[in-house]
Amino acid sequence: MEERILMDAAAIGRTLVRLSHEAVEKNKGTEGLCLLGIRRRGEIVAQRIAALIEKNYGVKPPCAGIDIGLYRDDLVSGYFVPEARANSFGFSVDGKKIVLCDDVLHTGRTVRAAIEAIFDQGRPASVRLLVLVDRGGRQMPVSADLVGKNIPTSSDERINVRLAEIEGEDSLGISRLR
Amino acid sequence: MLGKDLLGLYDTSAEDIMLILDTAVGMKKLLTQNLKKLPHLQGRTVTTLFYENSTRTRCSFELAAKYLGAGTVNISASSSSVQKGETLIDTGKTLDAMKNDVIVIRHPMGGAPHLLAKNVKASVVNGGDGMNEHPTQALLDFYTMREKFGSFKGLKVAILGDIKHSRVAKSNLFGLTKLGAEVSMYSPATLMPQGIDRLGAKIARSREEALAGANVVMGLRIQLERMHGGLFPSLSEYAKYYGVSEEHLRYADKDCIVMHPGPVNRGVEFTTGVIDGENSEINEQVLNGVAVRMALLFLLCKNRQGESENA
Repeated sequence: MEERILMDAAAIGRTLVRLSHEAVEKNKGTEGLCLLGIRRRGEIVAQRIAALIEKNYGVKPPCAGIDIGLYRDDLVSGYFVPEARANSFGFSVDGKKIVLCDDVLHTGRTVRAAIEAIFDQGRPASVRLLVLVDRGGRQMPVSADLVGKNIPTSSDERINVRLAEIEGEDSLGISRLR
Repeated sequence: MLGKDLLGLYDTSAEDIMLILDTAVGMKKLLTQNLKKLPHLQGRTVTTLFYENSTRTRCSFELAAKYLGAGTVNISASSSSVQKGETLIDTGKTLDAMKNDVIVIRHPMGGAPHLLAKNVKASVVNGGDGMNEHPTQALLDFYTMREKFGSFKGLKVAILGDIKHSRVAKSNLFGLTKLGAEVSMYSPATLMPQGIDRLGAKIARSREEALAGANVVMGLRIQLERMHGGLFPSLSEYAKYYGVSEEHLRYADKDCIVMHPGPVNRGVEFTTGVIDGENSEINEQVLNGVAVRMALLFLLCKNRQGESENA
């Protein structure tokens, strides 16, 4: 299973900087802006974006992790007991401009679950989707508003995202299963 | 694995017991975070059919069913057609016709759940039948023990109290011997069922012998409602010679846990100091009861998956 590196630490860093500016631009400023990251890697992406916004705009938007364990669409068809953590963001989502963050966008099922999880907490003014990589292969009517890199893939390929907080380094590679 | 019904632990394999306990671990993780919304029983109905009084068993089953998304119906014998002379089988067939998926039954006669199970399509769970079995109480006891001690091999369990009338004692005995624990029992001779030693229990000759080195000290309620006189002189005499106080607890292992299926007669089976002491797991048992019953309903309804298309 040979891996080809598509983004190194510097490339990921530049991409996150651009995405942080786009998140502010898309929401016309930092007013009401909140970041929610889908656990676990999406939460790290959200924290990085929040830190970059604080650095460049002087305001740190509220940021929290969101757990979608209880909202998966395969709980009954797969018949299993999910691992899940209770969602408590520490701020209200009512009327807020939410930027939902994840590392990789693929089928769109995770995003669908996350939207349901958000609406269990309140009614935001808007929800936009920010992803580091869009690898295609959608099974749901979902699209990202802010995309770090488009990497069209086939189903037997794997996108490997490594983040310093978990793996000790930032890099992104592609490998073929089999 | 695990058939249509759960009627007793006498007929349940150690593997099935462990499957239920393992499933309950995930349930408890969710419950302790106050996450009470799983979708697995959506569109299903769980009916509790109780011919005897109950607080915790009934409430526990009902909440477990609701947390899994099921609808619940309660039937008390005192306010149902049972009063008009309807037989158990006819009541069961009526519930079946209304498309119940699970019937939890408590009945004063041993074997009533077995009779019901043979005559209905719904899954039947024994919520206590006479002096026979109370399998879900024993399962939550096992869950509590495993959470504290990790395994059942060589675990010393002392059961004190009204063994004769206790279905909890029998379900515990059947299950614990299968899981590799040692069960010792102590009660007045009039409350000790004959032949229980042949089912694997060690009958202790004194309170001290029963408690010696015990990891689990389980008290059982003196069931006055099932006694028709003359089994022992008085509750205070029972408490003096058979009850467990903090001093008696010193005979047990220092890290022992104190358990009781409830309701407790304070000052009879245990002194208040034991009930509320630091070794007591009595309240934790109640939470574990919901987790274990969720696991059981989850597994029974898994077996029923796909049947609605065939019906």
